[in-house]
Amino acid sequence: MPLERLDEPGLGLTGTTWTRVSPKLVWTELVTTVVVGLVITAGCVLFAVLNDGTGSTAGLVWVLVSVVVAVSAIVTAVLTPRRVRAIGYALRDDDLVLRRGLMWQRFTAVPYGRMQLVDVNRGPLDRVLGLSELKFVTAAASTNVRIPGIVAADADVLRDRLVELAESRRAGL
Amino acid sequence: MTFRPGPPPPAPPTKGDAAAAAPLTDGEWHRLHPLTPLLKGGIVLIVVLGYVLNNLRDQLVEFFIPGTGPQDSGDPVRYVWEHGVVGWVVLGVVVLLVVLTGLFWLSWRMHEFRVTGEIVEVRSGVLFRTNRRARLDRIQGINISRPLVARVLGTAKLEIAQAGNDANVQLAYLGARAADDLRQRILVLASGAKDDDPRAVRRSDGVLQDRVDELFSPELDPAAVHATRIVKVHPGRLIASMLLSGTTVFILLAIAAMVVSVALTGESGILFGLFPAVIGAGGYYVRKFSRSLQYTIADTRDGIRIGFGLVSTSNETLPPGRIHAVSVAQPLLWRPFGWWDVRINRATNAGNGASSNQQVSSIVLPVGRAADVREVLDIILPGLVGSAVAGPDASREELREGSSEAVDVVDDSLTTTGDRGGFVHSPGRGAWLRPLSFRRNGYRFVQGAVLLRLGAVWRSLVIVPLPRVQSVRVEQGPVERWLRVASVHVHTVSGPVSARIGALDAQDAQRLWSGTARRAVEAAAADTSHRWREREARDAAATQAAVPQPVGSTAPWAPAGPLGDGTGGPAQAGPSGDATGRPTQADPLGDATRGPAQADAGTRAAPPGRWPDVPPTAPWSDVPPPGAAR
Repeated sequence: MPLERLDEPGLGLTGTTWTRVSPKLVWTELVTTVVVGLVITAGCVLFAVLNDGTGSTAGLVWVLVSVVVAVSAIVTAVLTPRRVRAIGYALRDDDLVLRRGLMWQRFTAVPYGRMQLVDVNRGPLDRVLGLSELKFVTAAASTNVRIPGIVAADADVLRDRLVELAESRRAGL
Repeated sequence: MTFRPGPPPPAPPTKGDAAAAAPLTDGEWHRLHPLTPLLKGGIVLIVVLGYVLNNLRDQLVEFFIPGTGPQDSGDPVRYVWEHGVVGWVVLGVVVLLVVLTGLFWLSWRMHEFRVTGEIVEVRSGVLFRTNRRARLDRIQGINISRPLVARVLGTAKLEIAQAGNDANVQLAYLGARAADDLRQRILVLASGAKDDDPRAVRRSDGVLQDRVDELFSPELDPAAVHATRIVKVHPGRLIASMLLSGTTVFILLAIAAMVVSVALTGESGILFGLFPAVIGAGGYYVRKFSRSLQYTIADTRDGIRIGFGLVSTSNETLPPGRIHAVSVAQPLLWRPFGWWDVRINRATNAGNGASSNQQVSSIVLPVGRAADVREVLDIILPGLVGSAVAGPDASREELREGSSEAVDVVDDSLTTTGDRGGFVHSPGRGAWLRPLSFRRNGYRFVQGAVLLRLGAVWRSLVIVPLPRVQSVRVEQGPVERWLRVASVHVHTVSGPVSARIGALDAQDAQRLWSGTARRAVEAAAADTSHRWREREARDAAATQAAVPQPVGSTAPWAPAGPLGDGTGGPAQAGPSGDATGRPTQADPLGDATRGPAQADAGTRAAPPGRWPDVPPTAPWSDVPPPGAAR
């Protein structure tokens, strides 16, 4: 069976120029994945050791769990560069479109007039690499649109631009 | 941005305005009902009185029947009596009462509100002053509730719901009639209309008779609300619907489990532990039922009025365009009877102990047949869907016509499956994800709204008015990709209605996504429901060739309005500026910069022609397209 992805012609996005995020975001994501993966794996291994390793049933289960965790962390880490490349956003005439994800692909369209505020967040790793994360808040809690890995100076410019657009298209709630 | 206290700007002159005639909306500061301290402190008083009476009981019994009472000496009243310090105690009590009364009086005196053409403002507090201002065009609903005691005393609590968490403006308590009148005036001011039809003044038959009349009058007085359509919920059906709810099933299952366990173990002690739970469940039903008695949904000129209650009544008016999503749903147990309920999403999230009330107010129709559902949709959809279709200058008939397609489709599609009703439904391979409902699971665009038809067992229909769509997302996971399906989530403000549909054919899902995104922008641009009657007022002014009266008569100082930074650049006064949120100012989503534009639009002479000439909110053609600027 052919695997069909959500594609630009189907979404009416033909000719849209996507802005990609900084490739440096790969490092932030990698470090996060590796650290989280290591911590959880270590925890599982600890439980396995406490349960006599492969000697008992409980220990065997914990060994299997830690293997699964480690493998999924490695897969996530390996796919990180591709996942980062898949993040893109486009400023269309009336709305912002964000695309994310490889396995779990998603496109979100937020009309400018619906943005209630724009956050700029910078974690410690982001600061080292000079990146920022932009977060958009609408009246709907489920919107949750975040664009990570934008070069800090660009992020401020983009925020100001989006606020301006939101202001010019402001409608009721 | 700092909060600038300063003297409040002088109240604007309101000559010639309808508001000038209104006693409470003249822009001056007013106080609440003089009985407010009693009603607010009433509970404390009753508790204290109860304690004293409880202690006095033995004393009184012995006073009348000497020698019968128990002679324990731990009783404080007895101690006081026997040591001859009654005078001191009475003095202390009197002083305490005087001080308390004085404090309550002071608190009442410092609690003031005012309503101008643009805002409603409340200031209160003696030591810690609070000042809250709310923009009238951001009102999400006005609720008037009358608890029993307040009702007996002829008072009512008025609550103005604003978007956001705990952002309500509460006026407790006002005179019952003053509350009704104030709501009417606020809605007129908020709607942008300038005229107010003179309302019939109810004549008074003396204070006592008025109280009695009001106490026994039905919750909804049709003459007083000018309702054109009214849907009433049958009390018998209401009881039955509650008994057939999921809670009942749960309780029955719990009882069955108990019986089985007692029968098996032979230990009946567990039943005693169950006693509080039984009382709790009974209380739940009684509360739910008494709140829903006399439930009415009425169509008034300024929106939908939802009222309920037998002893303590409550009714709320939702102006048009304040509903963000509607669902018509049928729990499984209601299916044999063909009953449905109608729920809505609203932007307001009332705090201050009104959480239960909030739950009720997200239900529009607790139970009803398909015909009732149709009536209710006829009431609520014209202001939501119709205004997106017919344009903001439409008359009521045009609005109704604009929403008729949506109403018809919903009415036809409550129980349908397959292609009927023009729905695009899941493909056959969607059965892997929706084994029972894949033929029903579908979407359809109607004018001004997107409809989702969901669920074969728990049937529901979701209506999202396009002007209220916040954002839209399409997603596809690995399993969905393998099945060539995708899911779409239309984001609205949070509430009981979730507009999410999965297992659609990938192509259909993408069309739904792009169609919703495009139509939502168009609909939002044309939407003026935050000032729902402004156009009507301007047309009237144009036809009378009168000098147009500014709608926001507070225009001169409006820029210094709710946030005090309305004159700042767009970047500061924009959405991010609002994010800092000051707790004392009820304008979490405010847009102070629209104040002047609003008033400006109001002062211009209305052209008799088509509406897009001076759209008050979205000057679409005036701004350069963002693409060009980049």
